[in-house]
Amino acid sequence: MKFGIVTFPGSNGDYDAFHAAADAIGEESVYLWHKDHDLKDCDVIILPGGFSYGDYLRPGAIARFSPIMNEVVAHARRGAPVLAICNGFQVACEAGLLPGALLRNASLRFVSRVVTMRVENASSMFTREYFKGQVLSIPVAHGDGRYTADSDVIARLEGEGRVAFRYCSPAGTISSEDNVNGAVNGIAGILNDAGNVLGMMPHPERAADPILGTTDGLGVFHSLLGGVIA
Amino acid sequence: MSEVLPRPGDPEITPALVREHGLTQSEFERIRNMLGRTPTFTELGIVSALWNEHCSYKHSRNTLRTLPTEGAAVIQGPGENAGVVAIGDGVAIAFKIESHNHPSAIEPYQGAATGVGGILRDVFTMGARPIAMLNSLRFGSLDSARNRYLFAGVVKGIGDYGNSVGVPTVAGEIVFDPAYDGNPLVNAMCVGMLREDELIRAKAEGIGNPILCVGARTGRDGIHGASFASEDLSEASEAKRPRVQVGDPFTEKLLLEASLELIRSGHIVAIQDMGAAGLTSSSAEMAARGDVGVTIDTSRVPVRETGMTPYEILLSESQERMLVVALAGHEQQVREILFKWDLTAEVIGKVIEEPVYRVTEGDRVVAEFPGSALVTECPRYDVPAEEGREAIARRGIDVGATEERAEESDATWTLLQLLAAPTIASKRWAYQQYDSTVRTNTVIGPGGDAAVLRIRGTNRAIALKTDCNGRYVTLDPRVGGRIAVVESARNVACTGARPLAITNCLNFGNPTRPEVFFQFREAVAGIREACIALDTPVTVGNVSFYNESPTGSVHPTPVIGMLGVIDSLEHITRSTFRNVGDAIVLLGDCTDELGGSEYLATIHGAIGGAPPACDLEHERNLITALLEAIRAGVVASAHDCSDGGLAIAVAECIMAERNSMLGADIDLGAWDSLPLRAVLFGEAQGRVIVSSGAADQVLEIAARNGVPARIIGTVTEVGEGLAIRAGGKLLKVGTEQVAAAYHESIPRIMDAAPQSAAIEETEGVTV
Repeated sequence: MKFGIVTFPGSNGDYDAFHAAADAIGEESVYLWHKDHDLKDCDVIILPGGFSYGDYLRPGAIARFSPIMNEVVAHARRGAPVLAICNGFQVACEAGLLPGALLRNASLRFVSRVVTMRVENASSMFTREYFKGQVLSIPVAHGDGRYTADSDVIARLEGEGRVAFRYCSPAGTISSEDNVNGAVNGIAGILNDAGNVLGMMPHPERAADPILGTTDGLGVFHSLLGGVIA
Repeated sequence: MSEVLPRPGDPEITPALVREHGLTQSEFERIRNMLGRTPTFTELGIVSALWNEHCSYKHSRNTLRTLPTEGAAVIQGPGENAGVVAIGDGVAIAFKIESHNHPSAIEPYQGAATGVGGILRDVFTMGARPIAMLNSLRFGSLDSARNRYLFAGVVKGIGDYGNSVGVPTVAGEIVFDPAYDGNPLVNAMCVGMLREDELIRAKAEGIGNPILCVGARTGRDGIHGASFASEDLSEASEAKRPRVQVGDPFTEKLLLEASLELIRSGHIVAIQDMGAAGLTSSSAEMAARGDVGVTIDTSRVPVRETGMTPYEILLSESQERMLVVALAGHEQQVREILFKWDLTAEVIGKVIEEPVYRVTEGDRVVAEFPGSALVTECPRYDVPAEEGREAIARRGIDVGATEERAEESDATWTLLQLLAAPTIASKRWAYQQYDSTVRTNTVIGPGGDAAVLRIRGTNRAIALKTDCNGRYVTLDPRVGGRIAVVESARNVACTGARPLAITNCLNFGNPTRPEVFFQFREAVAGIREACIALDTPVTVGNVSFYNESPTGSVHPTPVIGMLGVIDSLEHITRSTFRNVGDAIVLLGDCTDELGGSEYLATIHGAIGGAPPACDLEHERNLITALLEAIRAGVVASAHDCSDGGLAIAVAECIMAERNSMLGADIDLGAWDSLPLRAVLFGEAQGRVIVSSGAADQVLEIAARNGVPARIIGTVTEVGEGLAIRAGGKLLKVGTEQVAAAYHESIPRIMDAAPQSAAIEETEGVTV
């Protein structure tokens, strides 16, 4: 399976995503330049973390106009997988690939630490290697990660099992204390309605190497390997 | 030589104008002799930018020359943008620490952010990919709303800039002491990685090669920033806020990627950051290093404001700009690489054979200096040094006679007070605002003894730490200088690293005061002695003088940035206890030394006595023994024993990682002949707490290396808490209670109390 990692100006998680895909799971990986229009036959597109366009205007607001986003959106419309991490999640929301938006953290401060999150949907192409209710240790590093959407959208996401991950305590319980950024319902990651786009604020690519302390993010990559789109 | 005439509208050169430029009458005469005429206004500006303390090191250079700078691993010593050392496998590390104190004192957010930006550029202009940032910060007491504002602003500035550029901030230290009221210290360190053959130097070469200005446009910001950093802070400093530059981390990120691509492309011969004193210093320094002439045309520099004079263009400290010397005929390729990253490059001058530094505005020559005189003719001063009476008096205080407070009859009270003291308490509130995991190399991040980063593609890792205890340096600068080095060395050794080389940032007061210059000279001597003893050469450094506010000088604070190498990933060692039942071993000894301690400062509000003795031979043996034990696989954890003493260090070992806490049962009966508080809270040097499942072997290795060592207890379940038997008493406290004091202190202060930019009268500034 071939992974394509988009580099926007200001991306800084592209390198980590590349190494997670190439080193940790040993799949072919390439960088995709934002000014290009060529997805180089990649099966999985990763929109990585970082500060595309310096977060100017609003995180993700300018990157979604980068030339390559035309092809990324078309790739998603075909039902092919797009993994949108952190700033990539913000770009995906701005591009209309996912509903809702990411607001300034409730603390108004950037937060970088390992959090725990619970797997809410263990049947998607990104999460099928996990079991429902599994608690994952995974780093976050963001200033604008408070997921929000209007109540109808939230109700649909919850009702259709499209909340992929939710911040939780190490024991797996949900409370506002464990909600690292104040997201609605503690939402850490969501799926689009077709289930082929995953947006998440935590960084699975930073939790893919035993020497770094946690490998709980590997499941996202292994789930994808289990078989791409029909 | 060309004819140089004043520009229309230039002010007349008067003694007052010369003074305003921070130049003395004798320095002015020196310029006249160098030129054979009176300088123009533009020339005066150039000299003032280059000969201020910040750029010229005129008071420090003769002293700095005494530092050891050579070693087997050193590839690039002082004189370049950053030092470079080889760590094996063809991999080299470029690193440097630098101050941004004055800007941060009046504009904490931008001051700190641009400090990060500047040091990043110093590292990537060597051809190195930045892989880690550290910072060493000093503030006045958090009891003051102004200091809370400065602390919060600096932390946010560091975070926002480094996070955006995508370089993890992995370690550092933060100290709070009233001595830094009104003059915080903000030192930022950057560490980069390169292949040894990728090194590039900032040396103009090749007659006829074009000089390009790359990156952001030049504006009127930061003019005379370097001169501002070369004077005391005062009430009037607030009016100099416009001298603080404004950072743009997004442009920096593009510049970083473009610069590395340029360097690897082979189209350029030299690259240098336009940092302090901007275009002036970068172009003059590159020319002097290459021993060639240069000519610069200010009318070709891309500007973002109209009507800028050559004077303003030359002295602007607009951020995120680089000066590049390209190979003649390769201009287009250089432009293409920059264009890819949405940046521009303009040819603004060239390397010439004629040995002059010439600035033109179109065809008109507005400044010209012979040869590299601008750099080499800079005056150097040897100023008188004499120890201040206050320091002598403070050192002479018999601190052992300090009467105990009533509460101290319960040592638990003292322990909890110290754990909650902001200098000792967890700094998680701050470092959680820094992305510490991006680039996926961070094995040990903030909060450990030192940060550890694996070096991809090898089986090695590097360890990084900054350190300095300014109280020790105040009380005895030579001993304090030594301790700054050995403590940072112990810190990296605790992670399994052999100390390899240092960078330093020497923060002192006004050097023309004899007591300040004494501190400087002695501290450098102490650093020298320790660096020789540990074989850790100084690869590059930075001096920040004039750290004075109306209330006086800061503690002399020579911050050491230490680099260590871990030769095998299996040797990476953490500071907190790992296994219930492990023996706890103290390497080193307890003494009756309370001088300069955190105990005296926090519990008694006192700074006095002699700092703890520093035996360099013992320190070297300790590090040797510790590393031998780690390599033998008999060390489960290792933690340096420093601020707050043995009791604090043990407490940190059981609860610094709050989601994996343990207990400890400690018996210090072996030192019952010493005063209890000295055993618990004294800061004797040369000590490390090790936990081990094979303590006999640890003791044997220590004995063989001549290091005193003793089993002082056992790691227990978290429910057992912390129990310490000493002086015939039992100190017993729950781990959770200890953890709460340590972890919740700074958040409680910062999240509850208001911050204010207003300068408070109690700080004496308006009096």
